[in-house]
Amino acid sequence: MSNAADKKQTGAVQTTGHAWDGDLQEYNNPLPRWWVWAFYGTVVFAVVYWFLYPAWPVGTSFTKGFDTVTYEVKQDGKEVKKTVPWNTRARLMYEDEYGAEAEKQRAYLKKIEGSSYAQILSNPDMMAFVRSYAKTLFGDNCAVCHQAGGTGVVGHYPNLADDSWLWGGTVREIQHTITAGHHGFMPSFRPTFSDAQAHDVAEYVLSLSGTKGGDEKAIMRGEKIFHGQEGGCYYCHGEKATGLISQGSANLTDHVWTIANVPAAKTYDEKVAAVEHVILHGVSRVMPTWQGRLSSTQIKLLTVYVHELGGGQ
Amino acid sequence: MSESTESLFEGRIPIYPRSVKGRFRYIKWGVLALAYGVYFLLPWIRWARPTGPDQAVLFDLNTRLFYIFGLVVHPQDIFWLAGFLLLAALLLFFVTGILGRVFCGYFCFQTLWTDVFIMVERLVQGERPARIRLAKQPWNFEKIFKLGATHVLWLLVAMLTGLTFTLYWADAPQLTLQFFTGKAPFPAYATTAFLTATTYVMAGLAREQVCTYMCPYARFQSVMFDRDTLIVSYDQGRGEGQAGRHKVNKQLKTHDQRQAAGVGDCIDCGYCVQVCPTGIDIRNGLQVSCIHCALCVDACDNIMDNMGWPRGLIRYTSENELEGKKTRFLKGKTFGYGAAIAIVLGLLLWSMTHSTKYDAVSRQIRQPLYVVMSDGSIQNSYELKINNKTQSPLTLTVGLDGLKGAVLDVGNFKNFTIPPEQYLRVLVRVRFPGNTATPEDHDFSFVLTPQNGKIPPIKVPARFYTP
Ligand code: SF4
Ligand code: SF4
Repeated sequence: MSNAADKKQTGAVQTTGHAWDGDLQEYNNPLPRWWVWAFYGTVVFAVVYWFLYPAWPVGTSFTKGFDTVTYEVKQDGKEVKKTVPWNTRARLMYEDEYGAEAEKQRAYLKKIEGSSYAQILSNPDMMAFVRSYAKTLFGDNCAVCHQAGGTGVVGHYPNLADDSWLWGGTVREIQHTITAGHHGFMPSFRPTFSDAQAHDVAEYVLSLSGTKGGDEKAIMRGEKIFHGQEGGCYYCHGEKATGLISQGSANLTDHVWTIANVPAAKTYDEKVAAVEHVILHGVSRVMPTWQGRLSSTQIKLLTVYVHELGGGQ
Repeated sequence: MSESTESLFEGRIPIYPRSVKGRFRYIKWGVLALAYGVYFLLPWIRWARPTGPDQAVLFDLNTRLFYIFGLVVHPQDIFWLAGFLLLAALLLFFVTGILGRVFCGYFCFQTLWTDVFIMVERLVQGERPARIRLAKQPWNFEKIFKLGATHVLWLLVAMLTGLTFTLYWADAPQLTLQFFTGKAPFPAYATTAFLTATTYVMAGLAREQVCTYMCPYARFQSVMFDRDTLIVSYDQGRGEGQAGRHKVNKQLKTHDQRQAAGVGDCIDCGYCVQVCPTGIDIRNGLQVSCIHCALCVDACDNIMDNMGWPRGLIRYTSENELEGKKTRFLKGKTFGYGAAIAIVLGLLLWSMTHSTKYDAVSRQIRQPLYVVMSDGSIQNSYELKINNKTQSPLTLTVGLDGLKGAVLDVGNFKNFTIPPEQYLRVLVRVRFPGNTATPEDHDFSFVLTPQNGKIPPIKVPARFYTP
């Protein structure tokens, strides 16, 4: 292990040759030989490493090393093979493309592609895959507006985790919504309504979902406006105010408020004000089309995912 | 101060243990054969299972399941390993307290592999004197050949050892084939290489230095010793007499002559020193390097037999016995360790036989935490992860407990079937009707009921959140 045995024979330990204060000397005890060789080993290793892997900066570039990783990337919509010097990111891209997990994922995607919605929805295994895979899809594409988990933003983007569906909650309807997009529009009644009229209609609308504290007379007046020529609200919201899927108009009789933030309002007057504001200013909302941006399989996955968020129809 | 000073470093003095025959050596060969047999053959034993691999002992890292004959250890059961290690430690303390370092001398891997390496050395280079001669001899063909052959054989044993270890972690026949055709996964090569290197270094080059300098057990064993613990010891009184030990010569040949001269029974033949694998002289008393392998006992017994004197000049004894007192094996310590072993063993066995056949956890979906539905009811969603630890498919239904009036929505499913040794994540929704007052959050549980009736239902705790 060490060359000390040889030294023992000569019976000497070298000194550095310096002397201080007359006789103060410094031993020169070399490091053990195995240590020194291990050190040389690291030097050799480093040199080998320089050649194998990207190492030295050279001007604006760097030495590329011998090892490369080849993987496919999407560039301008086309699959392009890319060969780059070995690095962990390229390795990750490679794994994403060719790794065992990627294989498994592809097999699942194929299965999803070839299955009907009914088949997917009644297969717990496929559903588990959809949930984990589409969660990322949703996060990348939809969560910007609808928020993670489809929570939505009241007044702007519908909550997808409840069971109120403006444009329909069946898989076919959801798929259509994602594929083609929608334009939801409610006209502003500022030009037609007086403040009092807007107030009355708001009271009526609130009463539809059983909100307490309203003025009977105002509600009666509001009902007249809603169902008569003056307001004509029933054109879109329906005779029973339950909304029309073809229009994307809201069901006013349920407890879900998408535009007017009624649940957040504390007093009855604040609730009325919230609804009034919607009536007077109207609503215009756009769900973009995802056709061409997402593949049909991706849309399928998202459809099932959104369908499951709140328990679809 | 002069230029030449004595070195502060003591190099290793090479040891060339001589072979010996005797009782303890036979026991050691027996233990060695058994240990090697188990270690090298175990991965090759097949074991038919309803599902999973058909290798009797397989630590499958891909599926994170450990197969040990009829037992399948799941990740959740990993605390068994803690129990097992605790048991092993207690057994070591228990045995050491009574029998001393029997583990070191007979069962330790270091001892076993070193034994085999020394055997290889002897087969190639010959007995101790021949080996010493060879070591001193200048480098000629014979020396290069013999030392080379020794190291090649050592590496071979080391490699077999390393390869065998990796066979426990994958299908043995398949991995062996892959290994020699260059198709095995990198970790298999790395593990084998690492173990080959460590085996070669530890059993071939470092040897007794492992026991003396590296082994932590050797360091703290003294706290387990007492005056009743069995130790290998030289009978000082008998060996030395009044006038000390003496070689056999004309005047000091028979027992009577020696007794008359006051000389002890030790004939100073040095056999006990030559056979010692750690290179110590037991006649100097109990030493930290002594692994209690009893080879010196065998050696001296052979000498005593030859002389026609009673055996036992070196023998297993205790400090008390050496002082003429009785050795007591049944001490408080013995019972204490014994009780601890019984408790741990009992708990471990109970846990193994009573482990649940399946388990589940619920994870609350927190985005959104709750949702108000169109009819005013409140909905919470959960993901249930159900583990099937049995070797057959498990079909179960999900129910609710402790949330009165709530409705469970599991989508299009009546029940869930989980393949053997697999898990499933299912999304379930719990709805609290609007007309029911739900002022606060509620604790409740999901009830999973297997459909085959043999396995009892389990409850999974969860919490319902309200606005
Ligand atoms: S002294 Fe004896 S018992 Fe101890 S290690 Fe040496 S041969 Fe074995
Ligand atoms: S083997 Fe026995 S007789 Fe020979 S030296 Fe050792 S103790 Fe003495």
